Amino acid sequence: MKQDFPLLRNGLVYLDNSSTTQKPAVVIQTMNDFYQQHNANVHRGLYQLAEQATERYEEARKTVAIFIGALPEEIIFTKGTTESLNLLAYSLGRTLQAGDEIVLTDMEHHANIVPWQQLVKEKGIIIKFIPLTTDYRLDLQKAKELITSKTKIVSVTHLSNALGTINPIQELANLAHHVGAWMIVDAAQSVAHFPVNVIELNCDFLAFSGHKMYGPTGIGVLYGKKELLEKMEPFQYGGDMIREVTKERATWNDLPWKFEAGTPNIAGAIGLAAAISYLQQKGMENVERQGKEITSYTLEQLRHLPGFTLIGPPTTERRGPIFSFTLQGVHPHDVAQLLDHHHIAVRGGHHCAMPLMKTLGINGTTRFSCGLYTTKEDIDALLIALPEVQEVFA
Amino acid sequence: MITSMEETELYKENILDHYKHPRHKAEMNDATHHFTAHNPVCGDTIAIYIKISNAAIIDVSFTGEGCAISQAAMSLLADHLLGKQMEEVDTIGESDVYQLLGIPISHTRKKCALLSLTALHHALKSGTTINQPSNGIHYD
Repeated sequence: MKQDFPLLRNGLVYLDNSSTTQKPAVVIQTMNDFYQQHNANVHRGLYQLAEQATERYEEARKTVAIFIGALPEEIIFTKGTTESLNLLAYSLGRTLQAGDEIVLTDMEHHANIVPWQQLVKEKGIIIKFIPLTTDYRLDLQKAKELITSKTKIVSVTHLSNALGTINPIQELANLAHHVGAWMIVDAAQSVAHFPVNVIELNCDFLAFSGHKMYGPTGIGVLYGKKELLEKMEPFQYGGDMIREVTKERATWNDLPWKFEAGTPNIAGAIGLAAAISYLQQKGMENVERQGKEITSYTLEQLRHLPGFTLIGPPTTERRGPIFSFTLQGVHPHDVAQLLDHHHIAVRGGHHCAMPLMKTLGINGTTRFSCGLYTTKEDIDALLIALPEVQEVFA
Repeated sequence: MITSMEETELYKENILDHYKHPRHKAEMNDATHHFTAHNPVCGDTIAIYIKISNAAIIDVSFTGEGCAISQAAMSLLADHLLGKQMEEVDTIGESDVYQLLGIPISHTRKKCALLSLTALHHALKSGTTINQPSNGIHYD
């Protein structure tokens, strides 16, 4: 598998896949081919090359749609998860009123907190957070109490980047829909690890990024139910998103282009589609199974490591191959830097989840996160290196 | 299996020694100058206490927690500051901290190394104010 990834051919143990994944040669090649053979702007030119570019761009949209069980017009290309969530905060936020409530959780990434916080300042919206249980899962009893008739939006991470927890989206969606609220899913981590289907999840919106699923940076997706997107106001204004413009006013283009102002990231979308095809070739069920195997192996091995505290669900149940931990006596930055000298790439810090770290009463963790190329040997290398890191500080 | 030269360099004995056995690590009740610097990105904290008399630092101490680089840098800087005339102290800058550490500091670790210097500079500006809030010191 590592042979598919040019950057991994030198023996690097890359365990920072929750930050970004490496790219298979086929993705890099597809993007190269686009620039070398098919590059033109989309939805504009009447010449053959422009037709080809448009066709490939819209084909990419179809690939994404099929991948998550949506319609092509329900797929909006964005810069990434962050922009997708900002689009929602802007466009849905306009319809909210003072006193309306948004329910988030204690394990959200900053990208699923800060855009909503702006609505607190601007419109007097109230944000509530579903707390965690002692085994780092959402307290569903509390969720039932927090999601009320005042709730207009429930926005939750599918797979926590900081804890590895997989959240019960269907149950939360049922609670949200019962009170007439919209269910938003931050799927930035989950799409790379197991099959994600928007119909099954019963969510209204779902956001993810290309670069965390073996695609390029700068491209992401917002899925939204068609009937909701149709009613929503655009996020940005300019070319491509309009139908007709006079000096005084403009009317909007159809879905999904209404939400894609300006020249889109054409090569990025095509690269993302290539990454999805690569994943489909491997089979998402296989990716999921392999992730579970690695998770099971890792949790078992870590148990024997002295001074090691796992910050995340301790069992394989409803958790992904993302592992946060503290190591007694060693600061996460020192752990990460010393592991780098063993050619192991991990992340140390707050993982863009400062409120979570504060809730847990820690400054940060060291995190290693697996990809589809992660092997037991990679985990073994880490397990050998960690005691040596401790040794330096003993 | 410490394989890399850099590793032995970065975490060389002197730095680890200052991290594990920090010099001047204590609060000071009669400090004339004090400031708590905080790096919200990694949670590192340094509270510096300085006693100035006759235009010289006659006592210095600190408390705090964080990575090896941030805490060792403060310990080394405290050693360096003790007994210094203020005119000398006023000239202390980034390069002095790097020199005290004696190792190459990568871009991502600079903010760790320089938290001590931030604490010093703000303490000197803040006069006798004790428990100065740490807001405004952001690195992100």
